[in-house]
Amino acid sequence: MDFTFTEEQEMFKKAAREFAEIKLTPWVAEMEATGKVCDAVVKALAEAEMMALTVPEEYGGLGLGYTARMIALEEISRISVATAMMLQVFALGIEPIVKFGNETQKHKYLPDLAAGKRLSTTAVTEPTGGSDPTGARTTYRKDGDHYIINGRKCFITNSHIADTLTILVKDEADPKAFSTFIIEKDMPGFKATHEENKIGMRGCNTGELSFEDLRVSKEQLLGPEGKGLRVAMAAIGDVGRGGMVGCALGLQVACLEASVKFANERILYGKPISQLQSIQNKLAEMKVDLDAGRLLAYRAVSLQDKGQNASNEFAVAKYFTTEATQKAAKMAVDIHGGYGCMVEYPVTRYLRDAFVLGPSAGTSDIMKVIIARWVLS
Amino acid sequence: MYHIVVCIKAVPDPKQADQIRIDPVSKTLKRSEVPLVLNPLDKHAMEAALHFKETSEAFVTAISMGPPEAGNIVKECLALGADQGILLSDRTFAGSDTYATALTLARGIEKIGRYDLILCGMASSDGGTEWVGPQIAAFLGIPVVTMVEELTETGPEIWKVKASIENGYRLMQVKLPAIFTVTRTLNSPRVLSFSGIIKARKKQILCWSASDLGAAEDTVGLLGSPTVVSTMTTRSSRRQVEIINGTSEEKAEILVQKLADAGLV
Repeated sequence: MDFTFTEEQEMFKKAAREFAEIKLTPWVAEMEATGKVCDAVVKALAEAEMMALTVPEEYGGLGLGYTARMIALEEISRISVATAMMLQVFALGIEPIVKFGNETQKHKYLPDLAAGKRLSTTAVTEPTGGSDPTGARTTYRKDGDHYIINGRKCFITNSHIADTLTILVKDEADPKAFSTFIIEKDMPGFKATHEENKIGMRGCNTGELSFEDLRVSKEQLLGPEGKGLRVAMAAIGDVGRGGMVGCALGLQVACLEASVKFANERILYGKPISQLQSIQNKLAEMKVDLDAGRLLAYRAVSLQDKGQNASNEFAVAKYFTTEATQKAAKMAVDIHGGYGCMVEYPVTRYLRDAFVLGPSAGTSDIMKVIIARWVLS
Repeated sequence: MYHIVVCIKAVPDPKQADQIRIDPVSKTLKRSEVPLVLNPLDKHAMEAALHFKETSEAFVTAISMGPPEAGNIVKECLALGADQGILLSDRTFAGSDTYATALTLARGIEKIGRYDLILCGMASSDGGTEWVGPQIAAFLGIPVVTMVEELTETGPEIWKVKASIENGYRLMQVKLPAIFTVTRTLNSPRVLSFSGIIKARKKQILCWSASDLGAAEDTVGLLGSPTVVSTMTTRSSRRQVEIINGTSEEKAEILVQKLADAGLV
């Protein structure tokens, strides 16, 4: 058992860190102020081939797999959780096409998605439920070689910037049957409607989608008809949760780094507060949580790279790392004292970002349901 | 096609400069305690070579003298786009001053065979002498221009360079082969890319020892270094804080007086 990165993975880490520090840092304040997606950031992600990481080489990707993706997300999230979230959801939109698309669909969509010429997302959650997709009310009905889709989706990351979307829809005639379709933003009957204003991850777009007699051809069906739940869940279980874990790890690192820096600089009682045991306890807890989170994360992702199902392992990692991130952000703010309430200190952003990590790709309570089911099975 | 050689150095990460310690016996930096990274100014030299390669035809070699760990920065240059990497590494190279370093690099460059243009960062972030580039030029018997801010090819093997000097700059036409040491204003270095790292899998790093270079033991490393470091100390800088009390007007007056006394206004 080897717990170290390969030389090449270390270089990926360095590349991702350089990219994030040089190309993303200048835009963080603007994203924070406007809450809007920054075009320059999307362009930088595309130029750095970040959307291509998990796309197979034969479709224009880099075919580097999921460990490289986790490394990239961790480093990007260390600088901008919003950007990491946006990027991880691009992959979430791409993954169902990689896993379940036919050759025509793969050749049609993947090269542009890998190059960042087109952006993607996946849409499952509805006002009636996300963690329980069977409660969905968006439906399709067959009309010859076409399907007519009606309904709406909510809390969809990249809702307003995605060009190509994979959506999960229920069969109007059979409430137990779901299908997944690939749709494009300019299709008549499809519209991105309300855009959310979140407390954290500002600069990452979240919003609602509306489908009004959206007519799609059978060529847009992704995977077998009626088996769409498997398509969507396979993507969310491993790629979605894995992505959230990467976001959480990066934010944990950011919290720890900011805390160490501040604790070494802040003088109290004539010495840096890093010499006070109460502060050291917090730093130690943050470090333990970060290391434990990384072990859980890279265990899951190594299974994923071997082609094994790692949904349960990702549920454990997602639960642990997002909870640990919220704890770390709170401790980081505490260490900063009064300064931790001032917006010019990044820990205030970390705290807000940390709380958006929780519900994304399944709340901690849902993760525990999955973990308990795993234990009891 | 031009053969461009870029001299690179592995230096302790400047971001962790406060953790660099000095060995009291050898009076050298304890490099093993801080991760080694590509010298920041060498990135600008590499960028210049790669930019030229993209617009014209060129074969770019990255060469470094250092311990085996310095192989990482050679790999990094291959990932950035260099065609070939060479690491000059031998126990006998340890303790080299700038003279011995330049001599070793010059021997390495000669062994490559062909070189048209040699680029170096103006200085390293750890030593900061700015001597290695000019000394390589002396050993190879070719012209050198230091502190280059702009460079353009104006004709076959003729390059126009703008180099910084005190209170101004100089413009020169230089016939190759030549060495230019570059400043950070020359360009914005590219960042490592994942696809570059993948492409580097197929590129080769050559490792040459002292015997490969045919260098006698007393011409390299500590034995070949005429410099004697008598002492080395860590400079500490501490901020002094003084609180000025009084009304706003009084505080402003005192502050202006203090700045004037310090010769700052």
